[in-house]
Amino acid sequence: FAGLADVSIAEDIPVEGEITIPVGSHSPDEDYSTLDEPVRDTIVRDLKAVGKKFVHVMYPKKSSALLRDWDLWGPLVLCVSLALMLQGGSADSKEDGGPQFAEVFVIIWFGAVVITLNSKLLGGTISFFQSLCVLGYCVLPLTVAMLVCRLVLLAGSGTVSFIIRLIVVVAMFGWSTLASTAFLADSQPPNRKALVVYPIFLFYFVISWMILTFTPQ
Amino acid sequence: AGPGTMSAPGAAAAGGGRSGSAAEWGGFEDNMQGGGSAVIDMENMDDTSGSSFEDMGEMHQRMKEEEEEEEGEAGAAEEEDGEFLGMKGLRGQLGRQVADQMWQVGKRQASRAFSLYANIDILRPYFDVEPVQVRARLLESMIPVKMINFPQKIAGELYGPLMLVFTLVAILLHGMKTSDTIIREGTLMGTAIGTCFGYWLGVSSFIYFLAYLCNAQITMVQMLSLLGYGLFGHCITLFVTYNIHFHSLFYIFWLGVGGLSTLRMVAVLVSRTVGHTQRLILCGTLAALHMLFLLYLHFAYHKVVEGILDTLEGPNMPPFQRVARDIPVVSNAVLNTTAKAIALTL
Repeated sequence: FAGLADVSIAEDIPVEGEITIPVGSHSPDEDYSTLDEPVRDTIVRDLKAVGKKFVHVMYPKKSSALLRDWDLWGPLVLCVSLALMLQGGSADSKEDGGPQFAEVFVIIWFGAVVITLNSKLLGGTISFFQSLCVLGYCVLPLTVAMLVCRLVLLAGSGTVSFIIRLIVVVAMFGWSTLASTAFLADSQPPNRKALVVYPIFLFYFVISWMILTFTPQ
Repeated sequence: AGPGTMSAPGAAAAGGGRSGSAAEWGGFEDNMQGGGSAVIDMENMDDTSGSSFEDMGEMHQRMKEEEEEEEGEAGAAEEEDGEFLGMKGLRGQLGRQVADQMWQVGKRQASRAFSLYANIDILRPYFDVEPVQVRARLLESMIPVKMINFPQKIAGELYGPLMLVFTLVAILLHGMKTSDTIIREGTLMGTAIGTCFGYWLGVSSFIYFLAYLCNAQITMVQMLSLLGYGLFGHCITLFVTYNIHFHSLFYIFWLGVGGLSTLRMVAVLVSRTVGHTQRLILCGTLAALHMLFLLYLHFAYHKVVEGILDTLEGPNMPPFQRVARDIPVVSNAVLNTTAKAIALTL
């Protein structure tokens, strides 16, 4: 170091900079600068993420993409559309149109919270919002069933239509339960899978029952 | 929980920095959260979740707190100048300072209380069951014990009872839908959840209170567990009788299945109580409440017109519509006799 004593720095070269240790991955910095990009890019990127998760639900393979980047856009859209479609059914008076929407909302979110708490208490390794995300996305088959039921009811409401609706709803209910089990049961100790699957079964059963007994006015 | 705890001492240092910092350093121990507890702390990052929203939230939080620190110091400097601005200037600065400090103290207290009560680890031991155990306990809840001179063991477990209450809610919803119950103030779901949870928690607390008076040896969790498993009989009865509408069948199930589960609960309680009067009070109350609840669930939501397909076919044949909420006991009897009369004429 004695040899460096006479090193002089030219005065027009700025001697300053950042002494920071780069923190973790680059994605926080990357996303922080997405404030400057056009809105269309942000929306398209989010829509693509939501769409990819829909595909994962329709073909449930054991992939961790659904779990890793959770988001609640999909569940919100599904919940709102299901609640809107279920509104105004099976009641004579106009006053009962309102509570139907709130009912569906409360059932879905309250049920999802309870199932998540249950799986955490049973020793699950999944986080709170990841579980909410999975349960919300797996409502997709039941929303499709609701669409189909409404279309079938447009054609007429008889025994045949009831049987068609029953088959469709039961199939979609099975699909929902299997899809969410495929994602959630892996995070549990192996001998307790049944304890986690049962509340999920109940949850989708209640939603399916609401869809099946829907009669439009 | 690292970043979350770092910001709390930072705020504490900012707040207490002005009034001598030497004594404040010892207070850090109080602000640290207990290590290794599973807390539903929604601000903190999990390693498995890669969403950027949580990172953003944290960065904003940290930036805001740095700003607050700077403002606090600037406010202290301004406060001394503000004395010359007159009363209004002084009160403005002082008021803002006080409000800021109160906000920080309040926030710290709230987050401490939240981490204490939202600590779900408290409930973890009550959910430590295997499926085989749950099945065994479900079957046992229908078998009355014979040995009442020796205190019977009750498993303090909450998974089974909680699942049974939810199953009962689902069955009630099914029953309400098929009987076309119209709820005027409130929702179907709200009524079902309120009824079932209200019964489970309310009657458990009441019987626990009576047990305390009658000197019975039972804890609250055990009482919750016992009553919860006693709902298994209710679930079976209602599931069968909501689909097959025969009054006589319901009465058979009511006495048989309901009676068995009540007998089991009564026997367990009797084995834990000393003294004839106390046993009588406790078990009489429990038996009455349990059996009457099943009766209420059946008749409040029962359909008069039979056939599920008829109701699902739409409003061609208007079913008998009843407001399930406020049915006094008198009209219940009247409706029952009417139901029987109609059933006879069909």
